[in-house]
Amino acid sequence: MSSGAEITSQEYIKHHLTNLSVGEGFMTVHIDTLGWSVFLGLVFIMLFRSVAKKASTGVPGKLQCAVEMIVEFVDDSVKSTFHGKNPVIAPLALTIFVWVLLMNAMDWVPVDLIPRIFELFGVHYMKAVPTTDPNMTFALALGVFVLIIYYSIKVKGIGGFIKELTTQPFGHWSLYPVNFILEMVTLLARPLSLALRLFGNLYAGELIFLLIATIGLFQLPVHFLWAAFHLLVIPLQAFIFMMLTILYLSLAHEDH
Amino acid sequence: MNLNMTLIGELIAFIVFVIFCMKYVWPPIIGAIEARQAVIADGLAASDRAAKDLELAQEKATAQLKEAKAQAAGIVEAAKKREAQIIEEAAVKAKAEKEKILASGHAEIDTERNQAKEELRQQVAILAVAGAEKILERSIDAAAHSDILDKLVAEL
Repeated sequence: MSSGAEITSQEYIKHHLTNLSVGEGFMTVHIDTLGWSVFLGLVFIMLFRSVAKKASTGVPGKLQCAVEMIVEFVDDSVKSTFHGKNPVIAPLALTIFVWVLLMNAMDWVPVDLIPRIFELFGVHYMKAVPTTDPNMTFALALGVFVLIIYYSIKVKGIGGFIKELTTQPFGHWSLYPVNFILEMVTLLARPLSLALRLFGNLYAGELIFLLIATIGLFQLPVHFLWAAFHLLVIPLQAFIFMMLTILYLSLAHEDH
Repeated sequence: MNLNMTLIGELIAFIVFVIFCMKYVWPPIIGAIEARQAVIADGLAASDRAAKDLELAQEKATAQLKEAKAQAAGIVEAAKKREAQIIEEAAVKAKAEKEKILASGHAEIDTERNQAKEELRQQVAILAVAGAEKILERSIDAAAHSDILDKLVAEL
């Protein structure tokens, strides 16, 4: 809390949780969320692409080893859950895992560092962790949701998909509307839970980091502890998002 | 919770990243991994095969060595037998030679002895006749008594 005594901790926290945005109402665009997420996505894509270009079957370099470890980890996760043949799921899972991991990892950067640097250039708002913005997590979940619907219809046919939504869990025709409501809730809960879980965990984590930043000198050991705790939270949330995506898509492929 | 255009922007970014990953990142990396796995599996199989080959070769070498040893022993045995045979043959030949030389020596001695005997006998006869002539010079006529003297010579 180095920006002076004239602002209260409440204002400090509120300031840090405000996005840099342009536009009004629904047309608002969070430049910081978009910028950081695209930057981190490009980091992921460039890094993996540079390895993919040089990928050889010979003795791998250290970077290639690291990248291959991640790829193999994702591949194993996909293969253990999804048994069909689909060229989209594994790259999708890899993108989600690494991208979300990188975005979550921005949480480790001290909360004042990036806003301070940008303030030097006259930018007054800067929220550097894209996954603390619900727009980011909902965009991911929406993408996954569209794929769930797409593969459900593609594998089971439109009739099969409607049948799945209406004929269970209750078998009698008079209960079909009830079934439909229940199944719709199940279906819609999937992207909603995906988005809110990631957003909630990271937003809460960021909020605690900000609270810690307001307690003066003692923030150093406390901050360290909380950051160390995020060694678990950050990869775990990325992993959960990836795993649930694979699971939902494999459920979409199952024909009853 | 203020959802806005950012969501659409992020969705587009997400789709672009996934498509890029699907096209240019995932296939080469997983391809390289799987190809390397195949290479490693081949290498392991080859090393297994080589170990088996080595074992086989060692067995073969041991068998050959054994055979060679047996052959060498056989050759030594035969050589010893031949040696004994040669020695025996030589001994037999030497004995025969010895017998022959001995026999010829005996024969020569016999001949010489007979010759000497004959000579001696004639000389004794001459001596006897000379002695008898001296004794009987006056009374015996050499011509008249030569038959007796001859008989005497033959008896000696």
